[in-house]
Amino acid sequence: MNNSSIAGHPLYQLTKIRFLEFWREPEAVFWTLFFPILLATGLGIAFRNHAPDVIKIAIVESGSKSQSVASAVAKNPGLSAVICDEQTAQRALATGKVALIVIPLSSDQVVYRFDDTNPDGHAARALTDDSVQRAAGRSDPVQATNQFETEAGSRYIDFLLPGLLAMNIMGNGIWGVCFPIIDARRKKLLKRMVASPMSRTQYLASFLLSRLLFLVFDISILVGFGHLAFGVPVRGTLAAIVLICIVAALSFSAVGLLISARLSTNEAASGVANAVMLPMWILSGVFFSARRFPDVVQPIIHALPLTAAVDALRSVMLEGAPVVSLGSELAVLGAWLAVSFVLAVQLFRWR
Amino acid sequence: MTLMTAADAPLALKIRQLRKVYEQLVAVDSIDLDVYTGECFGLLGPNGAGKTTTIEICEGLLEPDGGTVELLGRDWRTQAGELRQLLGIQLQETTFSEKLTVAETLALFRSFYRRSLEVPELLRMVQLDEKRDSRVGKLSGGQKQRLALACALIGDPQFLFLDEPTTGLDPQARRQLWDLINELKSSGRTILLTTHYMDEAEKLCDRVGIMDRGRVIALDTPRQLIASLGVEQMVEYATAGATLEPGVLAKLQGVRAVSSLGNLTQLQVAELHQTLPALLDTLAERGIPLTELRTHSATLEDVFVSLTGRHLRDE
Repeated sequence: MNNSSIAGHPLYQLTKIRFLEFWREPEAVFWTLFFPILLATGLGIAFRNHAPDVIKIAIVESGSKSQSVASAVAKNPGLSAVICDEQTAQRALATGKVALIVIPLSSDQVVYRFDDTNPDGHAARALTDDSVQRAAGRSDPVQATNQFETEAGSRYIDFLLPGLLAMNIMGNGIWGVCFPIIDARRKKLLKRMVASPMSRTQYLASFLLSRLLFLVFDISILVGFGHLAFGVPVRGTLAAIVLICIVAALSFSAVGLLISARLSTNEAASGVANAVMLPMWILSGVFFSARRFPDVVQPIIHALPLTAAVDALRSVMLEGAPVVSLGSELAVLGAWLAVSFVLAVQLFRWR
Repeated sequence: MTLMTAADAPLALKIRQLRKVYEQLVAVDSIDLDVYTGECFGLLGPNGAGKTTTIEICEGLLEPDGGTVELLGRDWRTQAGELRQLLGIQLQETTFSEKLTVAETLALFRSFYRRSLEVPELLRMVQLDEKRDSRVGKLSGGQKQRLALACALIGDPQFLFLDEPTTGLDPQARRQLWDLINELKSSGRTILLTTHYMDEAEKLCDRVGIMDRGRVIALDTPRQLIASLGVEQMVEYATAGATLEPGVLAKLQGVRAVSSLGNLTQLQVAELHQTLPALLDTLAERGIPLTELRTHSATLEDVFVSLTGRHLRDE
């Protein structure tokens, strides 16, 4: 009997070779483990929060009237003004170099010219008018003070990271199952395995098991990196995150199993896997909120496994939602798992 | 080695009226076959003769469309799990995972068997001890084939299936594999192998079934099959320009049969020392120049040619 020790157990051996095959493929390691970090870093830097922009305005040259407007505006740090003739000012407005033109008519009359569909125009008008009125002696009856705060959890990187985690689990689940199975079928290795007394259930189970073990990397790298590098909050329990990731990983692996059930070339598998994943990359709200899509497609979007995984992870990480509140997301993932797995086992071609 | 006969050895494999049809092609056409315990039985035939289909049905990888297979007294339909433990299988083409080492591949296959050989012992048997930690992708063709053999042997099988074990190997690697298979025969395992190399069948097999177009057209020991031709030698020649009519050739002394294969004329000859001078004289009389002439002892290839009019490796 070989099965008396763990090392001799077929499930251990099958899972072990999944690991070895993965680690000995440097490209796979890069795309699986480091690419998500590079992506998160890149997007985190691109969408980092920075000081509010200074709005540029133009004041039409009219001697002392324009000088007094300019000195009033200069007290407001949110504005930066240039004095120029009307033609130049008009060109600057048309090309977006300034958001507003101030035309002083007399000491108690001023015209603001701006594009009222441009939010900066409105802001510029409000700020400029404030400065001009105050300089002319307006007193504010209510005293107001500002408190500035940048809330961790409301930044783009906070929104992005749970999405990247879910997307990574999807990609690894689907590719990590598809490629080895189709490769084995193409090389007739699958047929050779089936010619031995190997249990087919254990063979398939080894893929699910190895995906679960890889989750340790998926979760710790992305969540750990996001937390340490960007201070992305983890408000829910780690157990809740792990649970969602496990259900999502099993679900996507089952989808991978279904995709690879009958195909025997990598080209076909790439095509089908991309056709399955691409709509979810776009629709499931990884990079931007899925609520931007029209209401009619929302039921479809919410039936997608990636949407469920993204929503559940975001709720837990950013809002600290407890697992019990994630029933519908977990149900969607569970349904994909059950249906895909049953179909995959029915359709699976072992030759 | 003593030759097994039906009387003195139990059947390891009993095939009756086995049939397999692919769309329009009858791949296996109602064949009967017995393999005795401890013998090495060879299925010899050209590509597409139905050898692989037959062996894969016996291996439980294909469902027959008709007939029965009884292997080691068991039935695939009811005792598949038990049978898998008792068999060693080498498929015609398997590429093992190139990222794994030889030892890792063997450890994986070993884990599937209740009873198995130790990896170091097996590595010695197939002479891969030095390649133990090499990646499978780095092995030569012959080494890969020996690894495949090792994977087939790891469960210490009673019955070994080898499908075209030396196809694609260079002569040296083939000879090395033959030695290995000969050693396995002496360890008392029953072997069923397929091949389209006549020399392989002659060298390894106790008995040979010649397959063509889904049927077994001859079955005996290699020696008996060759003897059944009733000739010792084959003469093959080609001429430039004119040829001798078959009627003339048949009358030459010692000629048993005449056939033509492309531009070659083949004579089956009982007494070469009488036929050859007569052939050369006749050609000289008519002024027909010889461009090619060779003679060899009759082989299984000649048996196949005389049965089918085609070479084993024609197409």
